[in-house]
Formats: sequence, structure tokens, C-alpha cells
Amino acid sequence: MKTRQLAFAIAALAASASSLVHTSAAAQAKEQFIPVLSYRTGPYAPNGIPIANGIVDYYKLVNARGGINGVKIAFEECETGYDTARSVECYERLKGKNGGASVVQPWSTGATFAITEKAAVDKIPIVTLGYGRSESADGTVFKWNFPLAGNYWVAADALVQAIGQKEGGLAKLKGKKIALVYHDSPFGKESIPMLDERAAQQGFELLKLPVTAPGVEQKATWLQVRQARPDYVILWGFGVMNSTALKEAQATGYPREKMYGVWWSGAEPDVKDVGEGAKGYNSVTLQNSTDYSAKVVKEILAMVYDKGQGTGNREEVGQVLYLRGAMGSMLTVEGIRAAQERFGKGKVMTGEQVRWGLENLNLTQAKLDALGFAGVLRPISTSCADHMGAYWARIHTWDGKAWKFTTDWLQADEQIIKPMVKAAAAKYAAEKKLTSRTPAECQS
Amino acid sequence: MLYRENGQFKTTYRADQQIFPILQDRVVVLLFVAFAVIAVPLFASDYLLRAILIPFVIISLAALGVNILVGYCGQISLGSGAFMAVGAYGAYNVMARIPGMPLIPALLLGGFFAMLFGMFFGLPSLRVKGLYLAVATLAAQFFADWMFLRIKWFTLDNSSGSAAVSNLQVFGHALESDASKYLFCLTFLIVIALGAKNLVRGAIGREWMAIRDMDVAAAVIGIRPMYAKLSAFAVSSFIIGVAGALWGFFYLGAWEPAAFSVDQSFRLLFMVIIGGLGSIMGSFFGAAFIVVLPIALNQMLPAIASLFGAQISTSALSHTELMVFGALIVWFLIVEPHGLARLWSIGKEKLRRWPFPH
Amino acid sequence: MAFFLETLLGGLMAGMLYSLVALGFVLIFKASGVFNFAQGAMVLFAALAMARFSEWIPQWTGLESKVLSDVAAFAIAALIMFAVAWLIERLVLRHLVNQEGATLLMATIGITYFLEGLGQSLFGSSIYKIDIGMPKDPIFVLESTFQGGVLINKEDLYAALIAATLVALLSLFFQKTATGRALRAVADDHQAAQSIGIALSRIWVIVWCVAGVVALVAGMIWGSKLGVQFSLSTVALRALPVVILGGLTSVPGAIIGGLIIGVGEKLSEVYLGPYVGGGIEIWFAYVLALGFLLIRPQGLFGEKIIDRV
Repeated sequence: MKTRQLAFAIAALAASASSLVHTSAAAQAKEQFIPVLSYRTGPYAPNGIPIANGIVDYYKLVNARGGINGVKIAFEECETGYDTARSVECYERLKGKNGGASVVQPWSTGATFAITEKAAVDKIPIVTLGYGRSESADGTVFKWNFPLAGNYWVAADALVQAIGQKEGGLAKLKGKKIALVYHDSPFGKESIPMLDERAAQQGFELLKLPVTAPGVEQKATWLQVRQARPDYVILWGFGVMNSTALKEAQATGYPREKMYGVWWSGAEPDVKDVGEGAKGYNSVTLQNSTDYSAKVVKEILAMVYDKGQGTGNREEVGQVLYLRGAMGSMLTVEGIRAAQERFGKGKVMTGEQVRWGLENLNLTQAKLDALGFAGVLRPISTSCADHMGAYWARIHTWDGKAWKFTTDWLQADEQIIKPMVKAAAAKYAAEKKLTSRTPAECQS
Repeated sequence: MLYRENGQFKTTYRADQQIFPILQDRVVVLLFVAFAVIAVPLFASDYLLRAILIPFVIISLAALGVNILVGYCGQISLGSGAFMAVGAYGAYNVMARIPGMPLIPALLLGGFFAMLFGMFFGLPSLRVKGLYLAVATLAAQFFADWMFLRIKWFTLDNSSGSAAVSNLQVFGHALESDASKYLFCLTFLIVIALGAKNLVRGAIGREWMAIRDMDVAAAVIGIRPMYAKLSAFAVSSFIIGVAGALWGFFYLGAWEPAAFSVDQSFRLLFMVIIGGLGSIMGSFFGAAFIVVLPIALNQMLPAIASLFGAQISTSALSHTELMVFGALIVWFLIVEPHGLARLWSIGKEKLRRWPFPH
Repeated sequence: MAFFLETLLGGLMAGMLYSLVALGFVLIFKASGVFNFAQGAMVLFAALAMARFSEWIPQWTGLESKVLSDVAAFAIAALIMFAVAWLIERLVLRHLVNQEGATLLMATIGITYFLEGLGQSLFGSSIYKIDIGMPKDPIFVLESTFQGGVLINKEDLYAALIAATLVALLSLFFQKTATGRALRAVADDHQAAQSIGIALSRIWVIVWCVAGVVALVAGMIWGSKLGVQFSLSTVALRALPVVILGGLTSVPGAIIGGLIIGVGEKLSEVYLGPYVGGGIEIWFAYVLALGFLLIRPQGLFGEKIIDRV
């Protein structure tokens, strides 16, 4: 007994000692370090795994092509389990490693709220593709946040426009009833300001039905939907809430063709196990849908998977969330590349320099096609004041086996979104006593 | 040999009744406090302070509060996350709505609101006991979850329902650096821990322990159960509320109601049970176990795996962490069912006899 | 009126599903006095085992028939749960005999973490399907009396029937078989049972096995409804009010408690929810259970707590 206790005491001491020693990977002199916050376990793992695989595979592809002007990307994954406190811990642990993180993507709205404050102090840009705070599109107030390619208000507006299109014009929405089944969290509530605004303008009634996280039991919600008989339902959930909502819709007989989901509710994990039961369900896309024939997919399969370096399953490459992760990596890499054009090709970029690059992104269709994203993305062009860069989305529909586009490109109404973003950002700045950046400060 | 009382004669009642009557104890504790206050901020890295020590200090304060309720008064409560949330949101509202509000009163007011909330949801303890009470306190937890999401007033009518604080300063000195934040939280911990230790050594602490051991007998000898139980809820929720405010302000910076979910309640209860029920020291051990161990495992396991030449993926790492964590909990309980604090006191007893074991 | 009936029926059926999970808690508490915090993790583990094996068996053996592979997966999952039960008794419970409730609770918490980690590493973290042929579309009854008819969820109806059958089987087991009698004896008084020669460790293994099978059935039904993934273990939190409302030691209490909580939850969410913005289901269930506890502190059918001074 004594020797066992002694052995255990020594082991415990060694354990605590080793936890104080930082195991840093051999940092090459010319490597750009990017931490990857991912969730491969926990309740949101089915959605988090393809995103993480997409992110990591794209970085591997870039390295296989020779890096960014010769600078290879060093990345390290950290498991957050979609928990805010763990995301913060991962961020703190990785931000100083390997010469310092130059950019971070939290992939969770809750973590974005927490890391926004810290990244501004640490001078690390945060890229939040289609999530995070909607008002962070205003780069003069949110100097370090980049909701590239779209934010929640673009999604909400695109959804309303798509529904309007279905009805034969936005004017036809007057007097209709639209139910919003949303995840009861800051993520879910982000849609409400935009939808309220559109409801006031177009004259439709918005019925708000919150679903307590994680959304495992929605019988009461869908009974209420059945009672209210709305003309359309907008689904704003993540993780198991989505497939449960579709199953409950089927169980209460609500037609899936009248359901429209946000881009976090419209991917394979949400509909695969509902299968035929989700046929006709529509979702707005963050520009991309499933695309197995895109050039970037073929390149990843050829240069990463065929060499045995693939992170996940081959079948996943090209799916909605996988491509979204790859998009996030691509935009980050292009931001670094743009920074290198200005601050020195072939050099490792600091966080501030990457920020400059991200707010001077000018991705024309030609450039996107060359990168392999033809048919997947539209041009994205950011500036100091506009950290979002694009207002476009499309609707895709599940036909029981796959996602197919059913509308053309929809442009979210900038006339509505821009003032809302400005007002919300100004409110944030007033609360935090921040000063907006002037155009002169942007050039640095 | 070293840890002997001989030669230490007390000549006053005050000396006899102090918290650490043995000189060696006092010296060790003072050295440890000095180490924590002086050496740690000087030598610890930013990461260590920010990601390990600050959460450890704040969570051990919360575990202390839970231990008073669960360990000393015997009322199992699973609503601690809710009390932390009320403390955090209360302090946030006070800071944001009253211009020029100083930090310390705001934190204490947060604790005060948590105390009122705790006393209200502690009322069922007058009728319900044991595991039934534990599950009933979950009502407090889920109600608080819902309240902070639904009632926009609590988050200053912010549409997203999240709260954020910045620019914290005390007595004109800005709390920007990690060392200053750590020292601020540590000061709260030391002051409140001292207060709690004296409370449990006093009459009210004895009332709590009497209620815990045999509440019918306690009522028979004249201890009023309502007063004892509600005061336990009050003191405990005050401490947990202050800890919640510190957690939101100094560790998270920006938070949403999910940060104080039922998982946090369970974590606090686990800390107290693993650390040792009814022991102030136990709260610290339990908090260290639950806060530091997962991070330590996270760093150790890849190192061990690389010894065997294997690359461990983050998800496998996370799963192994869970399994090792669970196995360690079970192992500790088999070795010492009364928690780590009991192991500590056994260690001290052996030290008293060293080098003459029997 | 039709809508009220729909909500009522929906609540009753949801309640049956909760009681299925609550049964596991009650069984273990009745026989060994341990509050099995790991019940949720056991439901998840069992469901994962069944879901994955029903995928793997056709792959490994080339079996064509879906029914056969589902039955085989169920059997294998049940065997795995037996193994888990035996290991828990051997490695954990045996060493913690006669410890206090809090220690045993904490041990089951350790088991929870262990099972969650083990389940995800053995079987994966994605969403998996359990397809036992449950119908997904609703039926409408009483269309003549009410316009549009009253909606009944067929899947929930079958699930409620399965739950009822399980309870009937369990009652038969407890009342009519020798092992069942031994289980009741152990639940009544450990020492008296030991003194007449009942081996406690064997009984505990049996109890945990039965609880494991109950967890498997619950996991199968919930997994068929929701898909098998991590959040399935949170169903246990929804079932806790059922356990305390019915009483920790009563099987009929778990059923009746389930029905009351199910109906209470759904009615409150549909009729009270809109006035306060919605989302009140979960805490209302706990408040309802708390309300009943204030009248009967040991639950509706639980054993009265007798304090001997």
C-alpha cells in the first residue's frame, strides 16, 4: 500500500510538473502559425467534424502547393467541444505558440463573443464566416472581427426574399404568418432584429418560438406550429435541434417544402438521418452547397487524400460544411497573401499585418476560379469599413438524397442591413467607450 | 519529529482557539499564502495565470460556497450555476446602470442578489430532504437559464442576450494585467475563506453541522431548522454569487447564460464531493482536481503518446481525457471515500508521528 | 378542444418516454440505494452500440435482412450492457459497499465520464441512425367530431406501447420469479437479505443488467426518434423530475410521474409559454415536481423517509 501511494504521489508530481512545461512543436523559422479551434466531440460534433476536416485539409493543400509564397502554414487543432470556456482556454493556450497566432476562427458564436474582447488586446484578427456578431461587419468599430462572406442578417434577409420569391413578390407577403423556430441562445436570437425589421416593412406576422438548447425535445414547439398554421417556418438551429425539428415537422404533418433554414441548419448532418422525411426542406447557403466537382475538391483529393494525408473520410470532401471550412481557410490564406503583397513576400505575417490583408481582400471571380472555387463562391471584396465583403446567398433544397440549388443568387438588401449594422455597432462603441477608426487610420 | 506541539503552551483562550494553533501549521500556511501572493505573480507565465490560476482561484471560491451548503449543512444543491449567474448578471447590471459604480461594491451587490435568489429557492429545503432536494434545486438552475435568456432587461435590452465587461479598475488602478487580476481574485478568496472558516467554527457553523447530522435531534435541542437552513443557503449563495461575478468579469470577460449552465452546477458539486464534504481545505483540493486536471491531461497525454511514437488526434485526446478523468474519480473514491481532504489530514497525522510509524 | 386533446395526448406519450429513462434510475436505487447518475450515459452508450452494430453487421457478415441485423444488433448491445454492468459491480460497487450516498453518487459520476469517453471513442461522435421501422407520419383520429382531426404521433404511440410492455414484463419479473423476489428483498433491507443467504454482489449485477437493458430500450426508442448522438444523454435530465415526482423507489411511480410531467410540460409550454415568451418547458417540469414534493416530500409513491433519532 505504501509503495503504491508513493508511486502515485511521484506520478502526480510529474504530471503537475509537465503541465507547467509548454510542449511547443519545433517552430520552423518560416512558418505561419494558425490555431484551429474545433469541436470533434460533444453535442455539436456531427457538424463540427466536417468543418474541422475542411479547414485542416485546405491548409494541407496550401502546404502541398508550396505554402503562401514559400511560407508554410503550421496549424494546431484544439478541442473545444463547442464550450465557450474551453474555447477561451484553447485560444489562450495557442495564441502565443510557434511565434504567435496570426489569425483565429472560433466557429462558435458564444466563443466569438468571449474572444472578441481578448483578440482586440492581443491584436489577432478573428474570422467569423457567417456567424458571430452581425454588427461586426462594421470594421470601423469592430477593428479585429471579420464576418466574411455574410452574417446572420444577410441570411435572414435572403430567407425573406426567397420566401417572397416563392409567393410571387415581396409585396405578396403582406398578411402572411411566418414562424421562427430558433435555438434559445445568442446565436438563435441574432436573427430577430432583421426579421422584425422585415416583418414591419413587408407586413407579415412573425411568430417566435424558442427551443431550449440543445433542442432534443420539440414536441410542444411543433404542436404550437400546428395550432398557428403559419405559411412558412424559418428554422434557426444548430446540431441536433435541426434534425429533431425536421422529424417533429414530419410527425405533426407540417410540409417540409414550407420550411426554410439558416445556413447552419442546412447541411448533410441535419438531414441525412431524416432522409426522405426532409424532402423539400430548403435552406439558405453561405454561397456554397455540396459540390463534388469543384476544382478545389478535386485538388484536395489528388494532393492530400491520394497521398494519405486526408483528415477525414473521402466521401465528406465536397459536402456543405466541409466546403465551408475550406472556404474559411481559403479566405484566411488569401488575407495572409494580400498582407504579404504589402509587407513582404515570403515573410511570416504578424496579426496586425494579416488584419490589413483581410480588410483589403479583393477576390475577383477570376481569382476565385483560379483557386478552384468556381461555381462555389462569388467575388468577395472587403474594406476597412466593411469587414463582410459580400451580400449574396442562394437557396438549396434537399431532395431526399442530396442538396440542389433551387434559386439563383439573391442579394441581401444593403439599404436595410447597412444602417442596422451601423446603428448596432455605434451602440456597442458607446457601451464600450470605443472610438471608431477614421479612414486615415485604416491604411496602416 | 518536526511536527510536534511540545513546548507550545497557550496562555490565553484566544491563542488556544485560533484557526492554526500549532506553530508549524501557521508557518506553513503563511509561507504558502506568501508564495501565492508574491512569488506566483512574479514567476508564473501569462498563460498559467490566465488559463489555470485565475479560474482555479475563482472556482475554489465557488466550491467553498457549495461546501458550506452541502458539506456543512447537508443540503444537496444543484443550483450553484444559477447562483453564479445571478451574481454575474447582478454585478453586471449594477456596474452598467449606475454610472461611476466602484468595482468591489458591485461584486458584493451581485453576491447580495444571489443571496436573495438562493434564499428563495432554498425554501423547499424546509420540507424536502436529500436527493429529492437536489433535484428540486435544479428548478432554480433551469429557471435562471430561462430568465436570463428571456428577460431582456437583465442584459440591458441587448438583442443577443450576452453581457460583456471591460475597463475594470479598483481604487483608480486599472486591472489590465493578468497578475493584477489574479491578485484581486486571490484577495477575495483569502478574505472570504477566512470569514467562512470562522463562521463554521462558530455557533452558526455548529448549528449547520447539527442539522446535517441529525436534524430532528437538532430541532429537539432548540436549533431552529428554518433559521439554520436558510442562513446556510444565504451565506453559501452569497459566496457563490461573488464567485460568479468574478468568473464573468475576470475570466470570461463576455458571457451568455450557457456559461452558467447545469454542467457548471454539477462540476461544483463534484469538486466538493471529491475534495471532501465539510472541509474548507477540501474545496481547494476539489477545485484543483476538477480545474487543473483536464488541462494537465490535455498537455500530458500527447507527450506520453509521442513516447510511444503515436500521434493522438484532438478528439481521441478529448475522449481519453474523459475516460482517465472518470477512472481517476472512481479510483480516488475507492482509496478514500471521504475525499482528498481526508487524505490530506491522514498525511498530516502520519507526519506528526514521523519517523515513528505505528 | 381538438388542439387541447392533441396536446394532452402528446404530453402523455412524451411522459411515457421519460418514464422509460426514469425506470432505470428507480430500479438501481430500489435495489442498491445508489442514485445512478450514469443512467443517461448508459442510454447513450447502449444506443450507440446498437446503432453502430446494426450498421456493421451487414457489412461484416453480408446479412441482407434488415430485421435480422437489427435484432442481432439489439442482442449484441444487450450483451455489451451486461458486460458493462458486471464490470461496474466488480470494479466500482464492490469496493464502495456501505459508503454514504454522496460517495456512491460521485462514483456513478466517474462512471458517466468514463462511459461517455469510451462510447465516443469506440463508436464515434457523429449522428447515427437507428431504424427499427417506426412509422414517421402522423395519424388523424376523430375527424368526424373535430375539424382536421386530432393528431396522434404514431412513433410516440408505438414507443408508449413498448414502454408499457416493458413495465409489465418488469412487474412480472419482480413479482413472479425467484430472482425478482430476491431483488425485492435486497431493496427492502440489505443485511436481512444477506442473512438469509442472498448474495448481494450477484443481485447488484443482475439489477445493473436489467437497468442496462432498460437503458438499451430507452436508447433505442429515443435514438429512433432523435438520431443517436451525444445529446441523447441529456434526456436523463428531462427524466429527473419524473423520478422525484414518482418517488425514487417506486416503479408505478415512475410511470405515473412520467405521465404527469409529460402532460404538465406540454400544456404549460403551449398555453402558458406564449405569455412569457416561450421556452418554459424544462423549468416548469421541475417546478411542478417541486410543487408535488412540498405536499408529499418523498414523491407520490416513494417510501416515507423515517428519521430515527
